[in-house]
Amino acid sequence: MQEDAVLAELIWGLATSHVPSIGAAMDNGKTEDPYWKPLFDGYAPAREWMAKHTPDVAIIVYNDHANAIELNMTPMFAIGTADAYKVADEGWGSRNVPPVAGAPELSEHILVSLVDEGFDMTVCQELEVDHGLTVPLSVYCPDPGDAWPCAVVPILVNVIQYPQPTAARCLALGEALGRAIRSFPKDLKVAVFGTGGMSHQLAGARAGLINEKFDRMFLETIETDPAALAALSREDYIREAGSEGIELIMWLVMRGALGPGIRRVHETYHVPASNTAAALALFENLPGGAGQPSGASPR
Amino acid sequence: MPSSTPEVPGTYVFDVAQSNRGYALNRLCGSLKDAANRERFSADEAAYCDAYGLSPEQREAILQRDWTRMLDLGGSIFYVFKLAVLDKKSMQDLGGIFTGMTTEEFVKALNAGGRSFG
Ligand SMILES: [Fe+2]
Repeated sequence: MQEDAVLAELIWGLATSHVPSIGAAMDNGKTEDPYWKPLFDGYAPAREWMAKHTPDVAIIVYNDHANAIELNMTPMFAIGTADAYKVADEGWGSRNVPPVAGAPELSEHILVSLVDEGFDMTVCQELEVDHGLTVPLSVYCPDPGDAWPCAVVPILVNVIQYPQPTAARCLALGEALGRAIRSFPKDLKVAVFGTGGMSHQLAGARAGLINEKFDRMFLETIETDPAALAALSREDYIREAGSEGIELIMWLVMRGALGPGIRRVHETYHVPASNTAAALALFENLPGGAGQPSGASPR
Repeated sequence: MPSSTPEVPGTYVFDVAQSNRGYALNRLCGSLKDAANRERFSADEAAYCDAYGLSPEQREAILQRDWTRMLDLGGSIFYVFKLAVLDKKSMQDLGGIFTGMTTEEFVKALNAGGRSFG
């Protein structure tokens, strides 16, 4: 590649819960209800900032919830490479939000880069996207009108069947993803979303678990020392954050992509959103700060 | 061979052995995301169960809506939840059932900051 080639730029990373009821609250005009208002008020400063820093493409790291992927096959990591993604009917009607436009060229570039680095991604040429992807889009853009303001590259992580990928592997995937984005030879602004969490457990005697102490530690450490979070075991995540709180490993993919030079724009934490602790953390990727995160090995 | 899946008290860690056990049940519940299947299921639940090859215990758990038993028999919450939605049950209703509380008590616990364990 030439020295003066124009390359894509990774402008920000957003960590956000993707609870279905957050989407439903927006779809049904309930964001001013006393139950939901504190959460949406907490989003406001981040939304204002993001509206002034709009990406051309959002890479959304999420998991499917028994909608596009069934238990006959469980890809550990997968990437969408399609022109467009239909919004899934999860069993209670599709969300009334626009279809999701893909970014097939960027998808292919990322796929090839990741496979070259040893991440053998499953490829999805057709993928119906569920709340795990559409709710974060709504968190970013509450009123999309007829079309979302950005194209999307979906990246899926298996978080619902043990063994999930390790937290360390998720961080490493993110680091490789960051290199892939920054080597895409087009003038394109890109944002990365890490979704899910925070602590929650839906079933079993511990259903209703919230662990604010762990969540606050995670919110802080994701900025300052992601390697420490990557060192936690799956059992640590399940024990501390609940059987579904292990979704937090997907935040590490986003964090790995950003690299060390970041600035926290905003964060908010709220309990409860349905059965979960909900949070948002927005990080600006600082220009010139795109060095290698600790532990990353450049190609 | 002992399982390498972590054991966390009060927690289902859905692994491959559980998926194997619960496969038919989860397939049935997952199929309910399609409206036509929901209609067929509601028209004749027993026949629908037979078509999915459930074990007798799984069949009984579904027909009796024994939610805890569904999970004990290999159900994954994300699949089982689709049956709950068909019954107009929320995740808070299920949370109450799993923990021996009423829905109101369960929601109250969440509103008070959630349930903490050590
Ligand atoms: Fe999720």
